[in-house]
Amino acid sequence: MNRLVALWLVCAALPAAAQDARKSGFAFMGPDTQAMQTDDLANPGMLFVLEGDALWKAPVGASQKSCASCHGDAPQTMKGVAARYPDFDEATQAPIDLAGRIIQCRAERQGAAPPQREGHELLALTSYVAHQSRDLAIAPAQDARLASARAQGAALYSTRMGQLNFSCAQCHDDNAGGHLGAAPIPQAHPTGYPLYRLEWQALGSLQRRFRNCLSGMRAEPISAGSADAIALELFLMDRATGMKLETPAVRP
Amino acid sequence: MWRAFALLAVLMSVDAQAQTLVPYQIENGAIATSLTGQPGDPAKGRTIVVERQKGLCLLCHSGPFPEERFQGDLAPSLAGTGSRLSEGEIRLRMVDSTKVNEKTIMPPYYKMDGLGRVAASYKAKTLLEPQEIEDVIAFLVSLKDEAQK
Ligand code: HEC
Ligand code: HEC
Repeated sequence: MNRLVALWLVCAALPAAAQDARKSGFAFMGPDTQAMQTDDLANPGMLFVLEGDALWKAPVGASQKSCASCHGDAPQTMKGVAARYPDFDEATQAPIDLAGRIIQCRAERQGAAPPQREGHELLALTSYVAHQSRDLAIAPAQDARLASARAQGAALYSTRMGQLNFSCAQCHDDNAGGHLGAAPIPQAHPTGYPLYRLEWQALGSLQRRFRNCLSGMRAEPISAGSADAIALELFLMDRATGMKLETPAVRP
Repeated sequence: MWRAFALLAVLMSVDAQAQTLVPYQIENGAIATSLTGQPGDPAKGRTIVVERQKGLCLLCHSGPFPEERFQGDLAPSLAGTGSRLSEGEIRLRMVDSTKVNEKTIMPPYYKMDGLGRVAASYKAKTLLEPQEIEDVIAFLVSLKDEAQK
């Protein structure tokens, strides 16, 4: 009888498991790196989050306003925001990523110098904002005006590029779980960004990750903040709908 | 007149530098003749195969290279290649594997056209030189033992 119950439980669980074979990059890491991510005291990304917290509250620029002056208490007002981005920007009538929105607030609403992509200030603020969505499910913006950029991202993802003639999909869909030399190939879910990468010895954005993979393919880089980069990000976020955000993640 | 001649000579040498592929013929799933007309050197070929930045082979393949750690597992082992495939079949796979399997992940080692978004520093260059490809082929032909690790 017990056996039967156990069998039934296994069978009942199977369809659910088969439905979602998606795994975060976290699942492909060794236990030490996983432990480093889950322990806030050991996670080097948390230093950036702390810094972001201070930056959030500091008045800057001509306006002498802080982020908090407009947005208040981030744990409440920023909760879920990173899970929705990239979104559609009314001002430019184009898709905008989270880092791009922060640059825009800094420059246009706070009257400060626009922070540099991949610069320390922007990474700290982005990881602070994204951290407010940790453990929330990715829930992409439902704006019809994003559809063409999403399609553009999907096309890029499956186009062969570079001297090695690979597409993203060939590695991350067809060969995920395999090993490229020593490196396990993850499924390329954008769940942890900005994240601390041990190989970089630094925090980096998803778009920096694109640059790494493209340079491995010996392909032209896609510059951070460009329409192509945001399109790829839109596609990957859509593909990861329902998966949990981990910011700041740690990767090998 | 001489000037024009000199200019022409310069233009021609520029053209020669922008690498042009040696012509080859695909027949019955193989490229029968050496790209250079010369035989390859199997020892040099082995070096190219194990060099991570050069051949890149071990990113995907494993093979009889006991000294090499971290061999990839995305492709069949290279052990026994010489008993499975003829020299000409190996040459076609090295030159452009998409001619055998359109969806292959194996990079084309002797191809320049039809590649998109190639990084500036790799533009108009093939992954390997023709003689390097012949060296690799000579080495692979020598791998007869399927069981070798
Ligand atoms: C030849 C294989 C290959 C190709 C092609 C490739 N990648 Fe990757 N990618 C990897 C490997 C291997 C890693 C893991 C790196 C590591 O952890 O050392 C990775 C990591 C990633 C990650 C990080 C996932 C995480 O958990 O943080 C993303 C996102 C990603 N790739 C996106 C892309 C995109 C977009 C493209 C195409 C523009 C692409 N990749 C092309 C091999 C590839
Ligand atoms: C990014 C992956 C990748 C790289 C790099 C790569 N290969 Fe391959 N290779 C494959 C795959 C996958 C196959 C299986 C056939 C297919 O899918 O086209 C293959 C097939 C072959 C075959 C035919 C094997 C057989 O028994 O049919 C030979 C020979 C070969 N590769 C040699 C090489 C050599 C030599 C190098 C380096 C100079 C190399 N490959 C680099 C992925 C790769």
